[in-house]
Amino acid sequence: MTKTITDVICPFCGTLCDDIEVVVSDDGKQLLEVYNACVIGSEKFLHSQAKDRVTKPRMRQDDGTWKDVSYDEAADYTAQMLAKAKKPLMYGWSSTNCEAQSVGNEIAEISRACCDNTAAVCHGTTLIAVQDIGLPTCTLGEVKNRADRIIFWGCNPAHAHPRHMSRYSIFPRGFFTGKGQMSRKMIVIDPRVTDTAKMADVHLQIEQGKDYELLNALRVAFKGEWLPDVVAGIPKEKIREAADMMKSGRFGIIFFGMGVTQSLSKNHNIDIAIAVTKDLNEYTKFSIMPMRGHYNVTGSGEVFAWQFGFPYSIDLTRGFARYNPGDTSSIDLLVRGEVDAMFTIGSDPGAHFPISAVKPIANMPSVCIDPHLTPTSGVSKLHVPVAFNGVETGGNCYRMDNVPIDCRKVVEPPAGMLTDEQFLVMVRDRLKKLKGAA
Amino acid sequence: MSEYIIKNGSVFDPVQGIKGDKKDIAIKDGKIADKVSSAAKVIDASGKTVMAGAVEIHAHIAGPKVNLGRIYRPEDKLFSCTPTKGMERMGGGASIPTTFKTGYEYAKMGYTTAMEAAMPPMFAKHVHEEIRDTPIIDEGAFPVFGNNWFVLEYLKNHEIENTAAYIAWLLRVTKGYAVKVVNPGGTEAWAWGLNCLSVNDPVPYFDITPAEIVKGLIEANEYLGLPHSVHIHPNNLGNPGCYETTLDTLRLAEGMKAKNKFGRESVMHLTHTQFHSYKGTNWGDFESGAKEITDYVNQNKNITIDTGNVTLDETTTMTADGPFEHHLTGLNHLKWANCDVELETCAGVVPYIYSPNISVCAIQWAIGLEIPLMMKDPMRCYITTDHPNAGPFTRYPRVIKWLMSKKARDTQINAFKHKDKVLSQTSIGSLDKELSLYELAQMTRAGPAKTLGLGHMCGGLKPGMDADVAVYNFNPDKPVANPDDIETAFSRCAHVFKSGVEVVKHGEIVGTGHKRTLWVNVKVNDNPQVMRDINEKFIKYYSMTQANYEALGHHFVPNPYALEVDATHV
Amino acid sequence: MTKNITLNLISGRTIQQGVAIESGKEKPSYRTACGIIEMDNADLKALGAWKNTNVRVTSDHGSVIVKAIEATQGPHPGVAFIPMGPWANSIVDPNTYSTGMPTFKGTPVKIEVTINEPILLGIELVQIQCGVKVG
Repeated sequence: MTKTITDVICPFCGTLCDDIEVVVSDDGKQLLEVYNACVIGSEKFLHSQAKDRVTKPRMRQDDGTWKDVSYDEAADYTAQMLAKAKKPLMYGWSSTNCEAQSVGNEIAEISRACCDNTAAVCHGTTLIAVQDIGLPTCTLGEVKNRADRIIFWGCNPAHAHPRHMSRYSIFPRGFFTGKGQMSRKMIVIDPRVTDTAKMADVHLQIEQGKDYELLNALRVAFKGEWLPDVVAGIPKEKIREAADMMKSGRFGIIFFGMGVTQSLSKNHNIDIAIAVTKDLNEYTKFSIMPMRGHYNVTGSGEVFAWQFGFPYSIDLTRGFARYNPGDTSSIDLLVRGEVDAMFTIGSDPGAHFPISAVKPIANMPSVCIDPHLTPTSGVSKLHVPVAFNGVETGGNCYRMDNVPIDCRKVVEPPAGMLTDEQFLVMVRDRLKKLKGAA
Repeated sequence: MSEYIIKNGSVFDPVQGIKGDKKDIAIKDGKIADKVSSAAKVIDASGKTVMAGAVEIHAHIAGPKVNLGRIYRPEDKLFSCTPTKGMERMGGGASIPTTFKTGYEYAKMGYTTAMEAAMPPMFAKHVHEEIRDTPIIDEGAFPVFGNNWFVLEYLKNHEIENTAAYIAWLLRVTKGYAVKVVNPGGTEAWAWGLNCLSVNDPVPYFDITPAEIVKGLIEANEYLGLPHSVHIHPNNLGNPGCYETTLDTLRLAEGMKAKNKFGRESVMHLTHTQFHSYKGTNWGDFESGAKEITDYVNQNKNITIDTGNVTLDETTTMTADGPFEHHLTGLNHLKWANCDVELETCAGVVPYIYSPNISVCAIQWAIGLEIPLMMKDPMRCYITTDHPNAGPFTRYPRVIKWLMSKKARDTQINAFKHKDKVLSQTSIGSLDKELSLYELAQMTRAGPAKTLGLGHMCGGLKPGMDADVAVYNFNPDKPVANPDDIETAFSRCAHVFKSGVEVVKHGEIVGTGHKRTLWVNVKVNDNPQVMRDINEKFIKYYSMTQANYEALGHHFVPNPYALEVDATHV
Repeated sequence: MTKNITLNLISGRTIQQGVAIESGKEKPSYRTACGIIEMDNADLKALGAWKNTNVRVTSDHGSVIVKAIEATQGPHPGVAFIPMGPWANSIVDPNTYSTGMPTFKGTPVKIEVTINEPILLGIELVQIQCGVKVG
């Protein structure tokens, strides 16, 4: 006999779908089938069942081989590493729950670490822009119930957030949007003809990196002022068409992604996108929302903020929290060689940082807490595999619109495996003894 | 558990009518006791003031909009960071302190209970995570109901019983404490960029008026017999002339009587009254309406209010009154954040600088002080700063100084750039009243506790009540040499006890106590229609499933305290 | 001298990349999904490369071997796309210009055909560049 568990939350992307159904074996130890999830989410659930999974912590030996160690030994190494380091970097946090993040913050406070999450390489520049100019936004249900103008700017939900359009933004029939897709106009701004762009009513195939110029042109077009014939590769007629479409809606939203946060103008792109949204509120109702990547990067920012006052890129080395991206941000700290120990959890900087920021990790004491084998575990001294959060343990997470959703445990982890939180508690307690903290 | 006896302090306790008598306060098993054994630790309080722990009735201290404030205002942390110290975790933030700092700051000022004034139901888990991480003080949170689609649909047909059943359900799943109403109907209108500026403006699509929403919610609140009354932030906040809308709102409670077992007598609590007491037609002829509002409230005993004192600081405004925040960013051009929440509410955040050099700010300051000075019954008027909207809660000692000392008020008035305007547009200059310590205890302890339905537990020093006690370095028998001494005394307590545990000693944190989350558990008769409506809304319109909506589990509410209400009688 | 062309490189997610990182970054499927460069047909022609040819991609910040494939989400002449992962990150511009964010999109790269050079596995690629001794 098998059991079906409903209302399961998918721990992959910031869409945080909570309608997944999972079939498990009668003893609750095996996950057999996954329904409703996208292909990535299904893979996430099913891969947790892989037979070749690493279940014990491992230390890299001098000869390059791995040696299995106990969780106790792993916690000892981690605590001693953090206690000794002058400026440890504790990075990641986006693929674990808020309870683990909380314990991690205690550890960071005791060891006076630098703390950062994956916003560093994703929506960090968005946060800087929000600090400059604010953020008119809404929950995803508002989009479903009211929105008749959907703009995807520099993001490709068809690939990165596969169920976003069907659950919230394009297809659903909401309270005031009874005709679903027919009630909505869709605009996509992207230098490629992405699979999202192919669905759009209007696709502005912008010259890569010219987002600021095009957003600025839209602000001009709203006011009906003079425009050059072509801006960012887009003819002015098309810009005016898009501007009119945006103004004529009853409720609109701009979703934006890495296309704007990672291009050269960085936070300035977001600044002006938010300014565009503010402008539109003079004519109609408009919101803007970052398409957050990891399923709980938003939660990490929230926990950091209520405990330390800043959402990412935090330096605790002076005994109180400081924040100055560019100075206290992970990539810069690593590239400048300021960090003397690396603690990674719930993310993969080895794969997702520029290689010049990865090289230093290989040359310092380092711990990687991750259920998977990754480039980060591949260059770390200690790899601590843990239970899959959202599959083998529950815990609170925050969706891209900041809505908290409590993840569910659907199967038991392999015998003897700890969760992130359990392992972090072991590290914290050891560190307290080492540091003589209260 | 330790026993304590606090000896020879000057005790002020409105619950027992004690007005500064030298009395010993005994603490045993977390409660105030008649007597304790000889093993009790002795606290010498001679020459000091002893009161119950203070009760905050309205502050924005936990949840999504507070944290949005923290996230988007790194500048608020400048010069306000506190390092790890003994038991204290590190903190930061002036107008929106981190959760740890929030708990410590309240405790150090002698506060032991605080209410988060606006919880978006969908974000209840977030609110409770922050409450969990706010040490020492007991906290509850008010879910917002005034723009909730269920409420709008039921009250359009005046379905009180269904509204009540929905309230009971929502309080249970969000672990909420009371019925909060913010800009009734106006916030729903804001989802389309509109607003309701009077109690009779129809809500777009829903075909109901703010007046019907407020009346219906009061009826439902009393039908259930909840500990707290409906807690309202009326329409038209912050605009010149808004006092008339406020009076229209207050009149909706006429003829209504409180029905509950908690000793609460009011049916409507008007919050941050200062923001709702403006006369005039524009910012040029802006003037105080404090007299009109307090005259009405003085005559109508079923209404309580809190003040919303402007403290003349740089701060961060935040409210579920979304259209107001949009209006405000248009006035001051500072960064605007807004979040519309599906089917329920909205929130806006804008920084604000209450400058003593701007006449409107100075007049707001005066109105906030006129209100408590004009109120005849201190048991019905409570001191707040609507933290952080009119100023941070850490300024309570300064507000107390202004209320207790005419000299301190005059000093401030003389420092205003537009002193003449303040004096001509308000009556602050002619108010000679100085608040007594007994009245202060009414306004910050016994009064708010009673109106929250917590009068049996806290806000007083009667044996059997929770041992929440604050001892201030303030000698009531000596004349006050300098009004600033009042502020100093109320800033840092000599001792604070929370449920019988010493949490503050000589102004420092020495314990984290047994922090509780207060919520209201209402039993109602089965109501299949409401359950079906809830189910349908989740299937069709919410972006999350009903099964994932509830804030359930130890990681959200590790130490709950439920006030039980049985409303199955009808 | 081998023929080469200069293109503007961007990186980003693809659904294949998402599936691959969840099914195991140590596996060849990760390389299949992310050890590629998507190029416009016109650019492939200009380079004189067949589809599915191994190429060396070089920037001011590094060099990596990937497989050149025809753009799946094109046309986008002048723009090349490598899915996010260690292959792209071997050559992107790490400069954050004091924002904390590297310049992942908009790195000028030179592309040349290297039919016989192997494409490394993901973890291997990072370990070799970092000089990690693997037993």
